[in-house]
Formats: sequence, C-alpha cells, structure tokens
Amino acid sequence: MADGTIGLWTVPLAVFGGAVRVSTPFLFVSLGECITERSGRINLGLEGTLIMGAMSAYGISYLSGSPWLGVLAAGITGALLGALHAGICSLPRVNDIAVGIALMLFGTGLAFYLGKPLIEPTAARLPAIDFGWWSDVPQVRAALRINVLFLIGVAIAPILFWAFRTTRWGLLIRTAGESSDAARAMGYSVLWIRLRATMAGGFLAGIGGSFLSLFYPGSWNEGLSSGQGITAVALVIFARWNPMLCLWASLAFGGAAALGPALQSVGVTSGYHLFNAAPYILTLAIMIITCSPKRTLTGAPAELSITR
Amino acid sequence: MIIGETPLPSGALGVDVVAMTMRFGGFTALDNVELKVRPGSFHALLGENGAGKSTLVKCIMGYYRATQGGVLVGGREQAIANPKEAHALGLGMVYQHFTLVPAMTVAENLVLARDDVPAVVDWTKEKKLLAAFLSRMPFKVPLDAKVSDISAGERQKCEILKQLYLKRRFLILDEPTSVLTPGEADEVLGMLRAMVVAGDLTILMITHKFREVMAFADDVTILRRGKLAGHGRVADLTPDDMARTMIGAEQLTVQPPRVGEVGEPRLELTKLTALDDAGAIAVHGVSLAVRGGEIVGIAGVSGNGQRQLVEVLAGQREAESGEIHIRGDLYSASRKEMRRHKMSLLPEEPLKNACVGGMSVADNIAFREFDRAPFASGGWWLNRSAFRKDAERKIGLYKIKTRTPDTPISALSGGNVQRAVLARELGGEVEVLIAANPCFGLDFAAVAQIHAEIMAARNRGAAVLLVSEDLDELLELSDRLVVMFHGQLVHEARASEANLTEIGRHMAGH
Ligand SMILES: Nc1ncnc2c1ncn2[C@@H]1O[C@H](COP(=O)(O)OP(=O)(O)OP(=O)(O)O)[C@@H](O)[C@H]1O
Ligand SMILES: [Mg+2]
Repeated sequence: MADGTIGLWTVPLAVFGGAVRVSTPFLFVSLGECITERSGRINLGLEGTLIMGAMSAYGISYLSGSPWLGVLAAGITGALLGALHAGICSLPRVNDIAVGIALMLFGTGLAFYLGKPLIEPTAARLPAIDFGWWSDVPQVRAALRINVLFLIGVAIAPILFWAFRTTRWGLLIRTAGESSDAARAMGYSVLWIRLRATMAGGFLAGIGGSFLSLFYPGSWNEGLSSGQGITAVALVIFARWNPMLCLWASLAFGGAAALGPALQSVGVTSGYHLFNAAPYILTLAIMIITCSPKRTLTGAPAELSITR
Repeated sequence: MIIGETPLPSGALGVDVVAMTMRFGGFTALDNVELKVRPGSFHALLGENGAGKSTLVKCIMGYYRATQGGVLVGGREQAIANPKEAHALGLGMVYQHFTLVPAMTVAENLVLARDDVPAVVDWTKEKKLLAAFLSRMPFKVPLDAKVSDISAGERQKCEILKQLYLKRRFLILDEPTSVLTPGEADEVLGMLRAMVVAGDLTILMITHKFREVMAFADDVTILRRGKLAGHGRVADLTPDDMARTMIGAEQLTVQPPRVGEVGEPRLELTKLTALDDAGAIAVHGVSLAVRGGEIVGIAGVSGNGQRQLVEVLAGQREAESGEIHIRGDLYSASRKEMRRHKMSLLPEEPLKNACVGGMSVADNIAFREFDRAPFASGGWWLNRSAFRKDAERKIGLYKIKTRTPDTPISALSGGNVQRAVLARELGGEVEVLIAANPCFGLDFAAVAQIHAEIMAARNRGAAVLLVSEDLDELLELSDRLVVMFHGQLVHEARASEANLTEIGRHMAGH
C-alpha cells in the first residue's frame, strides 16, 4: 500500500481526528455546565462565555506570545462572567435562565466589540502532540496529532466524576443542587456554593473558548462559534449530569460533526448538508428515545429551575 | 468562643428562650415567648397548626434570626447566627420536612452532615466507622441505599440517627413521629427516652399526639397563636387540660353519627395497573368498587402503591392498563368528567398536589369553578369580587387562618392549606370523594373538623375512598377496609369487624 492511498480508511480516520478537534470545546463547556447544574443552577450564558474566552485568549496570547497565558486569561474571564451570573441570580425573584440568555448576548456582543482589533494579527497557537510519529501515512499522522487541551479535558472528566463522590466540595455541590433546604439546615450557604460552582463552570467554558481561537479553527473572528456553548448545555442534559457521559457525548457529537467533511474528502458530496446536520439529528434522536412522559428525568438535580 | 472562658458543661444541655419575638413582614409569628428546657429532660412543645412551634425552634437553631429575644445554652447567653453555630454548641434538630438529600445514599448523608467533612472522603474508613456506630443503635438503616429508595419511616430513623451520630447534646424534633407507625414511634422515642434518662441528651419535641406526650415527656410548653399559653409538668396535667390550653375558647367540630343507607356502586376500578416514576409497577391489577354512602378505607404501609393509585384517580398519572368507571361511565380524570360526576379530591401534600403556592388563597379556593358563573362571565371574563366574596365565606366557614384572602397560599401553615383545599373540594356538592392522608401533620382541632366533613359527605350519599397510613383514622371512619401491599389489594374486612392483628399481618405482607 503506497503512501496516501489508504482508501476508505480515510473516513474513520478523519472522523476520529475531527471528533477530537470538534469535541474539545464541547467537552470543556459541558463539563463546566455539569458542575454548575449539579449545584442547582443553569447557566445558559456559557455561549457568551465561550466567545469571550476565545477573544481574551487570542488577545493575551498575541500580546504575551504565550498561548498558555491566553488559556489562563480565558479561564479567568469565564470565571468572572460566571460570578456575574451567580451574583445576579442570588438576588430575590431572578430567574437563572433569563439571566443566562442576557449574559449570552452580553458576552457575545462584548467579545465582538473588544475583539475588533484582533481580527488582523496572528497569535501564538496551542501545541499538539504527535502520536502518529510511527506511521508515514499522512492521514494517520494528521488524525493522531492531538491537542493538549483535549487531553486535559479527557483527564478532567474522570476527576470530576471522582470528585462528585469523594470530596467535600463535590458532596456540597450535589447537596446544593439536590436540596437547598438540606444544605441550609446543615448551615451551608447555598448562594455561596452556587457562586463557586458557576465560577468553576465559567472557568472551564472560557478554556473551551480558548481552544477555538488558539487551536481550531485557530483565529479570531465573529463567526468563530456556531452555537457550541448552547449545544454543550443540551449535551449535559443528554449526559444525565454525569461527567463521564459528558465526555462520551462530546466525542459522539464531535464524531458526528466530522462525518460530513470526512465523506466529502473521499468524494461523497451528495447529501453534504444532511451529513452536516448529523450531530443535531443524533441529539434529537437520542433525546426522543431516552425521554418518557411517564418517568422523571433520572439524574436531574432536583433544585434546577427546569425540574423543580 | 472567647479564650479563657470555661467550656460548656458536658452531658445533656439545657436551653432557655428569653422574650423571643419573630415577625415575618407585618405578621407576628412569635410574641414575647419564653421557654425553659431543663438539662436532661424530655420536653414537649404543643400548639395548633400555625401556632409558631416550628418558627420558635428554627429561631433557636439560628435558621431564622429572631426579631427580638435571646437564647441561653447551658445557662449562658449565646448569639446563634446560623445552624452551624448551633451545631458547634451541641444543638441539633430534625426538621419537620425532611432534610436528607434524596439522590444521595444514607452513608453520604451521614458523612455530609458532619461539621468537619474531610476534603477528600475515605469511604472505606467512613463506612467502617458508620457500621460500628450503627451496631450500637437499636434500629438499622441500609447505608448504601439511596434515600429516595427507602421508606418514609426509615428516612425519619435515619434523620434521628444522623443527629445521634453527630453526638448532639440538645436535640430538637419537629413532629418526628408523623411518618412512623405507632410501633415505630414507640421504638424510636423509647430509645431517645433512655438516652435522656442516662443524662446524655436533652430533647425538645414538637408533636400533635397527646399519647406520646403522656408516655415520654417530663415537661410541656404550649403555644397559642404565637403566644405562650401555658407550661408545666406532664405528670400534673391531663390531655384534656392541654387541649383546652391549645385551642382556648374555640369549639371542636363534632363528628356527625354514621347514618343513611349504602347505595349503588358508584366508583369502580377494574384491573387498574400503574407505574411509578422509575417505571416499575406500583399499582398491580387493582379492582375495587365504592358505593354511594360508603367510606372504603385503604390501609397499608406507605410506598405500597397508594400514592400512584391516588394520582391515577386525580389525573396526575396515566394508568398502564385497566379502567375506571363512575356511575357506569368510563372515567379518564378530565376536568369535564370530574365536574359532571361531582368528584372531589383531597390529595396528600396539598400544597404540592392541589394548590398553586404563589397564588392567593381566594384564587386557590376558586380553582374548581373559576371559569363559570358567578366567577366568570362568558367563560373568560373573571369577576374578582365574586372570588373574594366566596373566599371570605369559606374562610369563615372552614376556620382558615389567613391574614387576607389575597395572601399567597404558600404562606399558610400546613393545617390551614389543608383547610383551604377542604373548603374548595367539599364546599359544593360531592358525589365521589378521594382523600389521601387528609390529616397528615394536623392538630386535633383540624383533624376533628376534617373527619366530621368526610363523615358528613358520606352521610349525604357520597362514595368516599380514604387512603391513609393511620389505622385509627381508618377504623374510625371506614365502613369497609382493604389492605394494599406491593400494589395489590390483599385483604378486605368490614371495619366494624376488623381484626387488628390480622390487618397488621396483611400490611406487613404475611
Ligand atoms: N417564612 C415565613 N414567612 C412568612 N410567614 C411564615 C413563615 N414561616 C411561618 N410563617 C407563619 O408563621 C406562623 C407560624 O408558623 P409555624 O410553621 O411556626 O407553625 P407551626 O406551629 O409549626 O404549625 P404546624 O403544626 O402546622 O407545623 C404561621 O401562621 C405561618 O404562616
Ligand atoms: Mg411546624
């Protein structure tokens, strides 16, 4: 078999490579939202957080020359936006979903406004690790060039899964999300726990944004996000608030999203747009199959405004 | 604690409440209340629904901040700003409404309650410690079960064990026995009584059951409408004295005698099957007929499908299979059918199942009729003054204690929410009545009123299905008694000839 002629193997390889690339922002946003929702709040503003994260990461990376400083800046920006969300939601009679929508528009608008001067320059990008060094097939090498953020995200998922069970913070977040009465009776401040959980969620979502501007697609422009932030929030529901399932859901979603371009690369062009819609069709299909009007949503934190 | 101050005495703690006043907005829930709980005593706190009992103990625990007044712990004034500070002093409380986290396991709940939860929990070690602790306790709870999967009685035991695990020296129990069977209540209170006698613990218990006060308490304090109405030694008092002090000059509703003929079958269930929230079978092929002028009681330990059965009848849950007929017509719990058959419902947890908490008392009372004359013209234009007038009449008739008809119903005490629902459901004509644990957590005056209303509805010819966990209530009201176990009706008897041991045996599934 000569170089570059691996035939139909191109498709699964491209799907794999695409899945890793596309899923990274989903993974970070959904893990972040998972923390926030387990504490009993929904932050729909993560779409805005994602874009603000992308913008600030690009700006700081450009100014400092270090993409990792950019990632940190994105995380901090996200945490601040999370604090803003939690702060507004702690006022009486405020609905977290409405605040989330407002913050989504606010974050997006602010990022476009502040990011205007960043469209031209090129910032330092995040590195990737070459796991395909052993092969000389270019498609294999391309697919196995895995970005570091993805690996970090993959590590965070089991850590979160473990932390929800065995750490004090994990137990407290779950308590706040399952029964604010219980948390109050134990003498914990629910608002304080949710503030921290929303900030942690924003931090991860901001990092998810930095991936967009610093790795793939790897530039800053206004068309950077195509609703990844919102989709990731849906992924959390779909993953039943379980960080490990968030990982698999993000990968499945990323793989489905990579299907269209992969098929195109081997010359299958008919139904291209249909394949591009694959992730959304997949989400809808799984939602319909797993939901039932006769059962409550298993795993849903009881204090969420949608389940309460 | 200030350095150099002598620590609190060890063993049971005494707590005094001094001149405590608590206002919620313009409403005074506690008015200059005094309470003295001697160290090493078992103290009962009595009062009607809404008298301010829960408010008082929540102020002690720092859950609410009292408007005025102070708390002395071990004879020393303490400013308790939140429950954590109360815990640090050795005070603990089992709240009226469960404070276990349902989605977590029993073990997780117990560890979480500690004030010093380690940053990383070593579950193997913690479980060993918990198991060792449980082996010293007279009753058991399954450590690895999720709280949502255990019965209400087990949850209550778990709440109490949690407090003992935390080594409290002053324990407040807010209606701890309302979800326990009399046998379980004696077991739990007996053990606590022994700890009090041994000098390890002081107990302040809120209850509506005189039997428990007489059997277990040393002292009693009685509240009426937020004021101290009386206190004394239980040994010097009779239940009658206490009841008098609780209700003051108010008259108890007298239950009408059982009269009238039993009529035609009116409510018929045929092979009804329904699932629970997790998709498991909860009601399994239940067939039952209730005649006009008859009360059929369904006995059973909670969690044997009673809730799901009532939900199907109320239209809150779809039946998997089987049919319901009323007067021979197929019934699917639509609003139209309920209206046509004059169906009334008193579901359990009325605030959740029969009210909209944020809407006013008047609106909640009007739910059944709001879109018809005189409440609405043409079926859409609402006439607010008619709502108000009807509500005022029913508030008077059913003795609902509310500041105004426009107060949100969620601000009422449990007993008064129950009375408001009663006013709505029994205020008009009734042909079929479904009642589920209608007296749960209510004071004796409210219980007397509700029992009288149910009996009166029966005497007027209504078919009544009464689901209850309280066997005494069932024996008092029912004409016929059936026992539900694991979703099936396993036993039937005439209430007048019912044999208690046999019923108990069937409730336990033997
Ligand atoms: N958070 C609150 N806001 C406003 N009013 C309240 C609040 N909590 C209680 N109340 C009112 O204070 C009064 C006393 O309530 P409380 O819960 O202490 O009664 P209770 O004696 O425990 O009655 P029950 O036997 O029904 O439990 C009631 O009229 C209630 O409506
Ligand atoms: Mg109370």
